[in-house]
Amino acid sequence: MDEMQGRPATVEARDADTAADQAGGTSRRGMLKCMVWAGAGVLWTVSGGVPHSRLLGTAAAATEGTFSFMQISDSHIGFANAPNMDTPGTLQEAVGLVNAQKSGASLLIHTGDVSQLSKDAQFDTADQIIRGARLDTHYVPGEHDVLVDDGAPFFARFTPKAPRGYYSFDQEGVHFIALNNVQDLKAGGLGNLGAEQLEWLAKDLQGRAASQPIIVFAHIPLWTVNEQWGWGTNDGTQALALLRPFGSVTVLNGHIHQVMQKVEGNCAFHTARSTAFPQPAPGTAPSPGPIKDLPAGQLRSTLGITKISRVQTASPLAIIDTPLGA
Amino acid sequence: MSPSRLVASLGLALLLASSAALAEDAAVSIDNFTFSPAEVTVAAGTRITWTNNDDIPHAVVDADNPKTTKSPPLDTGDSYSRVFDQPGTYHYFCSLHPHMQGTVVVR
Repeated sequence: MDEMQGRPATVEARDADTAADQAGGTSRRGMLKCMVWAGAGVLWTVSGGVPHSRLLGTAAAATEGTFSFMQISDSHIGFANAPNMDTPGTLQEAVGLVNAQKSGASLLIHTGDVSQLSKDAQFDTADQIIRGARLDTHYVPGEHDVLVDDGAPFFARFTPKAPRGYYSFDQEGVHFIALNNVQDLKAGGLGNLGAEQLEWLAKDLQGRAASQPIIVFAHIPLWTVNEQWGWGTNDGTQALALLRPFGSVTVLNGHIHQVMQKVEGNCAFHTARSTAFPQPAPGTAPSPGPIKDLPAGQLRSTLGITKISRVQTASPLAIIDTPLGA
Repeated sequence: MSPSRLVASLGLALLLASSAALAEDAAVSIDNFTFSPAEVTVAAGTRITWTNNDDIPHAVVDADNPKTTKSPPLDTGDSYSRVFDQPGTYHYFCSLHPHMQGTVVVR
């Protein structure tokens, strides 16, 4: 817990100064040095608060000639309780925000809990709304999405080429890895990848250049946010060990309905807000259930979307979280 | 039958009646991501009913046979019942939130 920043904040990894020094380097030597630098750390900026912050300006200035993509999470279509009686409505607003910010974005990822109860009508509502983003969208399941037939209806609709919900693809030089850590959970345990998926991951990474940026996305955090609330993945460390040789690794998760991040070596971890309802900071409530007693008009400031940019010439990644409303 | 034996028989009958009532029903409530009570001890033949009072779905899944012995997902207000005929100790958990655990002891 000590390493974790629970508040929306601006964070720069320890090699930020080095990054600034390298920012102008475009020669081959400079590029090579940049790769070395990328192996040492990541300049990583997160704005969890106001969209018009200095950071958003920084990101906007950096968007030219960069690769970027969007993330939404935890839409929980079917949930209709305090503090949100209209989860399709807030998902629609989130997709509207994606549309407003997506300039240049190559794709959209959804980090799970698309539905509340794995019902086909819930999947269909989410599917229709998210198609409105008009972006190539890649999904991973949340535990709420695999409650029927071992997740078959979710996989058929959202990961048709990956019947177990894990897969990888390359886009503009970045290797994306989608992991499923929400099935075959054990009593008393956390999220679970399982031996078969870890074996697949090892094969997927085999022979890959260590300089290729890796972006991993999965529903439950791969790092332990809070063991008592089940916010972590039992064999997450095994997956991270396989990723250790790579110079730039970014892990994007959902599940905990709040922005949290940390940087550990070459690996940056980030969780996204929900589009449905907020959950309490770990240990600050009797349970991880929804925060129900939000002051009137405050719901939208707790929901939001994420935009991730890989800056080609300077810092490799900028991650900007934007709430639906202040 | 002497009066004292009659009283004893009545007492036994009452005792049987009350254990019969015990053998019919027990309840476990799900609140704040917790099974309450976390451990119940019941007579063989007891029907246990779990009721989800949370705003988040939960499930009741046998820890030893998670694939076969499980409830459907329980939405807010939903209940699930299972009759325990065989003596033994049964550990269960929520497959969505596996840190939620409970035990049924059947005598």
